[in-house]
Amino acid sequence: MEEKYTLKRKTQYGILSIVGVGILLLILGYFIESPNRQELWANVLINNLYFLFIALFGGVFLALHKISYAGWYTALKRIPEALTKFLPISAALMFLIYFGMHDLYHWSHEGLHDPILEGKAAYLNIPFFFARMALYFLGWIGLTYLLRKNTLDQDINPDLKYHKRGKILAALFMVFFAISSSTMSWDWIMSIDAHWFSTLFGWFIFIGMFVCGIATIILLIAFLKSQGYLEYINKEHIHDMGKYLFAFSIFWMYLWFSQYLLIWYSHIPEETAYFAPRLNDHKFLFFTVLIINFLFPFLALMTRDSKRNIKWLSFVAVIVLIGHWLNIYMLVIPGTIGKTAQIGLIEIGFIALYLGGFLYVVFSSLSKTPLLVKNDPLLEESFHYET
Amino acid sequence: MRRYISAYFEDEENLLRAAKDLKEKQVSIQDVLTPFPIHGLDPILGFKRSRIPTVGFISGAIGCIIAFGFQAWAFIVDYPLFIGGKPHFAIPSFIPITFELTVLFAAFGMVFAFLIQSKLGPGANNPIHDERITDDRFMIIVDLDEAGNLYELVKEILLKEEAQDIKVKEIDK
Repeated sequence: MEEKYTLKRKTQYGILSIVGVGILLLILGYFIESPNRQELWANVLINNLYFLFIALFGGVFLALHKISYAGWYTALKRIPEALTKFLPISAALMFLIYFGMHDLYHWSHEGLHDPILEGKAAYLNIPFFFARMALYFLGWIGLTYLLRKNTLDQDINPDLKYHKRGKILAALFMVFFAISSSTMSWDWIMSIDAHWFSTLFGWFIFIGMFVCGIATIILLIAFLKSQGYLEYINKEHIHDMGKYLFAFSIFWMYLWFSQYLLIWYSHIPEETAYFAPRLNDHKFLFFTVLIINFLFPFLALMTRDSKRNIKWLSFVAVIVLIGHWLNIYMLVIPGTIGKTAQIGLIEIGFIALYLGGFLYVVFSSLSKTPLLVKNDPLLEESFHYET
Repeated sequence: MRRYISAYFEDEENLLRAAKDLKEKQVSIQDVLTPFPIHGLDPILGFKRSRIPTVGFISGAIGCIIAFGFQAWAFIVDYPLFIGGKPHFAIPSFIPITFELTVLFAAFGMVFAFLIQSKLGPGANNPIHDERITDDRFMIIVDLDEAGNLYELVKEILLKEEAQDIKVKEIDK
């Protein structure tokens, strides 16, 4: 079975118009809202993280199923592989943060005379911050590149060694990701509120990433199916993606609440300092994030039929993706802009610009390789998959 | 007194084909016993969708309301105490117990609904068709109650798929 996705003119124009709208909104927003440097950098950081998470999850999805000997995902492998192609661009965008360090991270200023920050200076200093960033991206891009190359080689050569090598690469990626996803979330998100810390933070970010990535893969499947591709992806595969979205939305709330409950209970000023601005200044968004990231998918995806209906599932995925963008917004904004932050033209413009670029990278990557892998020993199992 | 015909298969493919043939001939299959779940068997046997999830949702919702309601009543009305400077109606502290009782009620609700629906539990009468039904082979049990002349037909279909140990058993019920 040979199937190749061709990037249609219509899709290209669609992506181009998203980028166009983004640029237009940014120009309009720049003159109407006259944002300061801090707001612009905060937006860059939010969207960097959001699209980095989705791209990085492509690698997690591949490695997770590879090392757990899963067969069902094999037929849709090219989609997470295409997601990882955004990682190099993410890296470039992330290094841009160098120019906005002082607007985003309070700890990066010189001569603060802050005993807490002086105590953390061995970890939170600018050279080490960027050295770690380089290391993360080196690992992620390198290992996802090798994972992808491995399956492309397998397409040509039916030797079983690629399957075995894929397992080793996947295990390496998982180990590297387990550590780097935690430290990455301390570096880029938790250190915005440098006085505060939470040992659960890395997991919380990771599960948010998991939900975003699954929602994106669901939407890509729905789009490709609507174009007449991916005939072999049936309701059983869709059902499993729905289960992931449902389960990890619950788990996201579980971790959110585990963090909140302990801070609420002990009521120590150093810890409540994190939630106080979020609850007092952004009360509406604070509860909106909880409702659309947990309550909505929990109720909307509870029945079996709702998980097997691709249209309904894509609708839920869109809502959850919006919810997780707001979640990252709520993580970054109170520590950078604070009270005056509002979602306006600038925010939407940045999203549109990033989204356009992201979609272009993913779709052009999908169109370069056949949509179905070949010679994978688990491929046949994937066709006959039944939940 | 009911009569059943039972037989063993070595391979699940044979079982699937035999079950399909029997269904086409309008023979009612009483049960199929297999050492592992077989894909594609449920649609052949014509099982209806389980309503256990609905029971789970309802009993879970009841557990949720009972847990939350009881805590609210106990901490506000019955015995209000100041704990750690928190208000009496402190929602976050109610959540873990609410969550646990929701899960507990849902689980117990589903287990008991299943036991009642499938007539299991203390005092249940479960006819054992053969001593080896939990072994490594695939067993099919066919009802012989409706018509007496079914035996030859069933045996023919079963033998075609290499069934072994075909026998008729009478069970009081």
